Amino acid sequence: MSDLQTVIGLEIHLQLKTKTKMFCACAQTSQEAKANSSICPVCTSQPGALPVINKKAVELGSKAALAINCTIAPYSIFARKNYFYPDLPKSYQISQFEKPLAQRGHIKIKTPDGEKLISITRAHLEEDAGKSLHSIGSKNLEHTLIDLNRAGIPLLEIVSEPDINSPEEAYTYLTELKKTMKWIEVSNCDMEKGELRCDVNISLKPKEAVELGKKVEIKNLNSFKAVKDSIVYEIARQTNIIKNGETVLSDTRLWNDKEEKTYSMRSKETANDYRYFPEPDLIALKLSDEYSSEIKNSLGELPHRKKARFIKQYALNDYDANLLTANKNLSSYFENCVELGGEPKISANLIATELMGRLNANKLEIKDSPIIPQYIAELAQLLKSEKISATISKQVLDKIWEKPTSPKELIEASEMSQVSDENQIREWAKEALDKNPKAIEDFKSGNEKAIGPIMGMIMKKSKGKANPKITSSIIKELIQG
Amino acid sequence: MNAISIANKVKSGEIKATDIINDYLDRIKEKDKKINAFLEVFADSALKKAEEIDLKVAQKKPVGTLAGVPVAIKDNMLYKNHRMTCASKILENYISPYSATAVEKLLEEDAVIIGRTNMDEFAMGSSTENSAFKNTKNPLNEKHVPGGSSGGSAAAVAATMALISLGSDTGGSIRQPAAFCGVYGLKPTYGSVSRYGLAAFASSLDQIGCFTNNPEDMKLAFSVISGHDKKDSTSSILQQTEKKFDIKAIKIGIPKEPFMEGLEPKIKEEFLLTIQKLKNLGASMLDISLPNTQYALPTYYIIASGEASSNLGRYDGTRYGLNSKKADSLINFYKLSRGEGFGPEVKRRIMLGTYSLSAGYYDDYYIKAQKIRTLIKNDFKKAFTEIDIILTPTTPTTAFKFGDKLKNPISMYLSDIFTIPASLAGVCAVSAPCKNKTEAGLSVGMQFTSNHFNETSLFSILGLLSD
Repeated sequence: MSDLQTVIGLEIHLQLKTKTKMFCACAQTSQEAKANSSICPVCTSQPGALPVINKKAVELGSKAALAINCTIAPYSIFARKNYFYPDLPKSYQISQFEKPLAQRGHIKIKTPDGEKLISITRAHLEEDAGKSLHSIGSKNLEHTLIDLNRAGIPLLEIVSEPDINSPEEAYTYLTELKKTMKWIEVSNCDMEKGELRCDVNISLKPKEAVELGKKVEIKNLNSFKAVKDSIVYEIARQTNIIKNGETVLSDTRLWNDKEEKTYSMRSKETANDYRYFPEPDLIALKLSDEYSSEIKNSLGELPHRKKARFIKQYALNDYDANLLTANKNLSSYFENCVELGGEPKISANLIATELMGRLNANKLEIKDSPIIPQYIAELAQLLKSEKISATISKQVLDKIWEKPTSPKELIEASEMSQVSDENQIREWAKEALDKNPKAIEDFKSGNEKAIGPIMGMIMKKSKGKANPKITSSIIKELIQG
Repeated sequence: MNAISIANKVKSGEIKATDIINDYLDRIKEKDKKINAFLEVFADSALKKAEEIDLKVAQKKPVGTLAGVPVAIKDNMLYKNHRMTCASKILENYISPYSATAVEKLLEEDAVIIGRTNMDEFAMGSSTENSAFKNTKNPLNEKHVPGGSSGGSAAAVAATMALISLGSDTGGSIRQPAAFCGVYGLKPTYGSVSRYGLAAFASSLDQIGCFTNNPEDMKLAFSVISGHDKKDSTSSILQQTEKKFDIKAIKIGIPKEPFMEGLEPKIKEEFLLTIQKLKNLGASMLDISLPNTQYALPTYYIIASGEASSNLGRYDGTRYGLNSKKADSLINFYKLSRGEGFGPEVKRRIMLGTYSLSAGYYDDYYIKAQKIRTLIKNDFKKAFTEIDIILTPTTPTTAFKFGDKLKNPISMYLSDIFTIPASLAGVCAVSAPCKNKTEAGLSVGMQFTSNHFNETSLFSILGLLSD
């Protein structure tokens, strides 16, 4: 049997960060809000109530679509997707079907084989359904309870082409998408809160075959890890079926996080006929070229572009550039440091290791950092001019973390600047070598590392102020005579 | 007395709104035992509103243009804290949580909402016999139906139990009962009156309009209820076409289509008489053709039923309305609640609509019907480049007897053959009663159709004809 190729397409639902719902003026509430506290005649589907398009949702949806390189349709229409369910108040969901908001985009992802383009088929606007509560904790309810706070919240559905070929690619695609969407502030993308939902369409086919295999849809994925794990599981399951000479059934499957398995929910053959038709209560959405380009211009520099520029302009390595473009605040913090005179690579290093470490340990965001970019810039300058050592810089950071102060002033006041006085260093070095004859022997017999303990002693003696470069050369000079 | 003079007298303090309302309430009590136009009379809230108006007048505060005018509303429009049933068991106990825009506008102009009127369930029908609650009689002859679906509203105005009533017209539901009951009935241009708060039947066709006993009141009522509404995305920002009306410059088109044959003799007679009157007034008459209107009836039933099948999905028993206590599963809950709640005609249309929207049939039915609808719209567009108004009878027959067409849905559907084309085209049309009655005392209605937002010219021509 020939090798099998995995073919994956992802359907993402993004909850758009608008103040109000997609078709009424009810506020978007948090999950903690009292059930049915943000509802009105429109989102509870009273007789005679009519939808009105939320302009902000159109704007955020367009923004998202443009950020993933889609083209905004000058003319798109809403459609009704009809099905009965208690948490769907109108018995239809207003969505878009034949003419979506945007089409033909792509996201670039990094794979071990280099960069890869994942094409986006379409992005369309729709409203969320309500929430059905069948149990509270482990206790099953006698009646299902319905909370309609979520009913009518705007969503953007982003459908990819079946261009993804591995669990890792799916993971990277999701990471890249989330990063971009958070960057442009269209969604909080918190998967646990359902602000980002992902359904996986997966099939296997012989590598050389053109036609796709039987498609299986996986739902109920609550984390990126679940997406990855469910794909790994499905590949194994489907490979097994095919290797046994059987055919994969086209069905919709639910991922069980605890058991790490998928279970069939329903066959595709018995799927609902949604009886889509154009929503007669709404007129077509007409968006001009000017509107599109205005929104496109408002996007600014997107993270992948910024990262490329950081590497080129500031000679950062891939890791640091990636880290510093994780979010908008972080990247502008970094660029602020550079603007204030901080050497880029040193600043990047200070932020990536020292500052982020302290922020993460204290569960703080960059915007809440007690250390302002000015201080990092000063530290970078002090390091660059070798006024202080890396060891001292850490001490300075500890101090200014507790009590925000200018590092320059601190160094001047506390005489923490680096000692480059060769006579002083020679004195310290002699003292240290006298106590370590073995280190001298080791070094002489070819063990370069043997000077480590000597350095350590000198640093201890000098309270970390000895210039490491000068110290190292003096030690060598003394040993070699 | 017409609405304008009543409002003026209330404004000036010459008569009290409470006296008028009491007068009308008494009349309803006396007459409606037989006619059954009302499903409910809002005596308390009507008198309360009348007292408020009288107080405003006494305090010399400004009052609205419909001060003290008793208005009946069809039972598919929401009036806050009042019951609204769509004449269906499924909504038998539904209390409106808000008011329709048209109702709000009436109240702002100090109209008094006197009650809600009977109708065919969810506005589906042409005789008001599809009401889940009762039959309304034609005030001109109680053996005959009042037409439908706004039969109660037409009968209320015809029997002077209200000065103005609101109806809704999807394929003729105002014009046909107006013709049957001998009153004026207006279906405004689609988009000119907000549909917010009108329980939807077919969203792309539904339009709120009014019944009156004269063209002046119609003009006034329309000016109150029309206008752009942000809550209805299909409501138009366009204004009435401003054109000086001169009957001698008016060109009237008479469609030369096969369906114009086979009219009831009395209707044909009145039709020819109207043409003669218009000629005498100086209007010029032209033969026109609306070739695609021959497909209007099936086109209408596919589009309207398709939309209805979706619009009526919300009546599922979960949030409000009738819900079955016998169900043992979700699917049975839906089946039993909707099975018990909806009447046969509503079920027939839901099934028809569900079918035409289904995968595999959608292109052959719904899409095809939409294409024909466009052709019909174009027929009207073309006609209105040559003429100003189209004249036809409103109905092929006068009011029929109870039970006559109930067993045969197609023959019932055919009573809307003249009214459906204007609904599909979205243009405005009005039915006006002819002076002469049949031997049975029944009335004949003439339909005047004009271009979008051209209601003013309809009021003008009706004014001339009624003089």
